[in-house]
Amino acid sequence: MRSYLLRRLIGMIVVIFLVLTIAFVLVRLAPGDPASLMLGPDASPEEVAALRVRLGLDQPIIAQFGSFLANALRGDLGQSLFFNQPVTTVLASRAEPTIVLALFSLLVALVIATPIGIWAAYRRGSVLDQTSITTAMLAASVPSFLTGLVFQRYLATDLGWFPASGYGGAGAGFTERMRHLILPAITLGITNSALILRFTRASMLDILGEDYVRTARAKGMTERRVVLRHALKNAGIPIITVVGLTFALLVSGAVVTERVFNLPGMGNLVVNAVLRRDYPVIQGTLIVVAALYVLVNLITDLLYLAVDKRVKY
Amino acid sequence: MQTPDDTILSVEGLRVGFGRGAATVTALRDVSFTLGRGKTLALVGESGSGKSVTSLALMGLLPPSGRILSGRLNFRRSDGTVVDLAGLDAAGYRAMRGPGISMIFQEPMSSLNPLFTVGDQIGEMLLLHENVSSAQRDKRVIEMLELVEIPGAAARAKSYPHELSGGMRQRVMIAMGLICNPALLIADEPTTALDVTIQAQILDLMRRLQKELDMSILFITHDMGVVAEMADQVAVMYAGAVVEQAGVLDLFDHTRHPYTQGLLASIPRDDLVDGERLVPIPGSVPSLTALPSGCAFAPRCSHAQPECHRPVSLEEKASGHLSACIFDFAGAA
Ligand SMILES: Nc1ncnc2c1ncn2[C@@H]1O[C@H](COP(=O)(O)OP(=O)(O)OP(=O)(O)O)[C@@H](O)[C@H]1O
Ligand SMILES: [Mg+2]
Repeated sequence: MRSYLLRRLIGMIVVIFLVLTIAFVLVRLAPGDPASLMLGPDASPEEVAALRVRLGLDQPIIAQFGSFLANALRGDLGQSLFFNQPVTTVLASRAEPTIVLALFSLLVALVIATPIGIWAAYRRGSVLDQTSITTAMLAASVPSFLTGLVFQRYLATDLGWFPASGYGGAGAGFTERMRHLILPAITLGITNSALILRFTRASMLDILGEDYVRTARAKGMTERRVVLRHALKNAGIPIITVVGLTFALLVSGAVVTERVFNLPGMGNLVVNAVLRRDYPVIQGTLIVVAALYVLVNLITDLLYLAVDKRVKY
Repeated sequence: MQTPDDTILSVEGLRVGFGRGAATVTALRDVSFTLGRGKTLALVGESGSGKSVTSLALMGLLPPSGRILSGRLNFRRSDGTVVDLAGLDAAGYRAMRGPGISMIFQEPMSSLNPLFTVGDQIGEMLLLHENVSSAQRDKRVIEMLELVEIPGAAARAKSYPHELSGGMRQRVMIAMGLICNPALLIADEPTTALDVTIQAQILDLMRRLQKELDMSILFITHDMGVVAEMADQVAVMYAGAVVEQAGVLDLFDHTRHPYTQGLLASIPRDDLVDGERLVPIPGSVPSLTALPSGCAFAPRCSHAQPECHRPVSLEEKASGHLSACIFDFAGAA
């Protein structure tokens, strides 16, 4: 167990190092000189030269990489060119909406998908089973911006049940902020519930055919107990995987939703950073999202360990 | 012939089909046998003859595609009343499983839930059927594990199935099956998946527990050696029907059905207790979808006559000895 954690830690360090390298290379790969790109066509040669020095672009590439790594490890991801603030500060102020949106929509997806998935598997071939699969496919194939726009139009603008956009403005309280996340979370949750539903159904179908499920029935318990205690715990293992994957996708998938609902999250931030050629912010977002991904993966694996005693690392 | 009072289970003309409508395959055509209280009835037959389907029908655990087409499954409850299992609803069956009828399955490796400790899984029987405190439950579980001779019972109760060998898992299954003191235990080839020495230990254990707990056993096997060792009575199945039933000595000494004769002739008598597998009779078991009219065994039978195409049914040829052959070959083995 300890050696497993050590191996995982080393693995994580390697991944983070690779991500940092990619982030570094990506900016250097952009055609032309980063400094003049960042400043745009109107900048004078002196301004470009000054920025080159500020960014360390006059140094040899290895030295640049070295100081980039050293700074990143200290938690310094550089200055945002647009905001004139440290990238970490900019990111931190945008992290909450994105992460809460991801968690919130994951909850929505689970609440929709798991009961239907379990029931569809239990009543395989029934009308409910077939309807739920078709609906899930439909939901997955409608782009989330479309669902988002429809919700916004009818539930927010017309009916006024929810705020149509934004995050409540500066100084908004917690409840107010969460109220602004309801529609985005449902939008994103519906799109992602399709995958979880199909996984739950498939994994439940497998498990319901197992010998130990028959044993459970032979013990004289209710069908409810057979399914929810003996089958679901086993079916939960593959479901954990897909939930972990979905969560990681949600963070990056938040881009579209944040744009539709105009949320000040990391998704919106990175889109604007691309438009403004704010390379340090693009770099920083890439690194933070990758780190989140690695973290969620680790949590998923530790959950396995907690659920299934057969898993030995 | 037993008086009905001595009978714990009497199966009459059980027919089970898989699939719907015209596509129905009749897996059990005519299964009839009686099991005396406190006795062991061995249900024997080649692979595919319908032994497991019979036991699942008794437990009400047929897969969704299967259903009982007709027949009576009369079971005498501990209060003396007789109930037809085929007529029970879901709730009635739930109450029957456990304290009434318990089952040990053919596959010890996969029949335990991998995510719960064996103590949990055995204790769940008490949770479901008896109103006892959790401390009482733990105590009974450990006693039961000791009864099935699992060393270090208290520690073992906290093990997960994957930490146990096949033999230990089957002992756990037995402990689970017996903890509610069932009137009838159905054991579907409980030792087939185990190696020979373990097999002998498990059989010893079951015999001992049967005496201690005073239960009746429906013992399913295709091993004539095990039959000789375990059974009081034997019912022989062929292609979904019982073709002969008799007391164990009677069956071995005065075999009446040519199929049973074939089964017995194919193993050396001296080796009976060694648990050897059956050597199949020439020819093969007919497909359930293409059964001959009349006696299903006729195509493989050396005594077959034109009359064998007439329908046959299980008839009492001598006291307590039933055979489904239009001829009577008593003692011809
Ligand atoms: N779920 C099912 N669907 C369709 N047919 C089935 C099903 N289960 C069993 N059968 C059929 O019923 C017949 C009897 O099968 P069963 O499992 O009872 O045999 P068995 O006597 O227990 O054999 P073995 O000694 O191999 O365990 C077989 O021909 C099989 O094809
Ligand atoms: Mg079988």
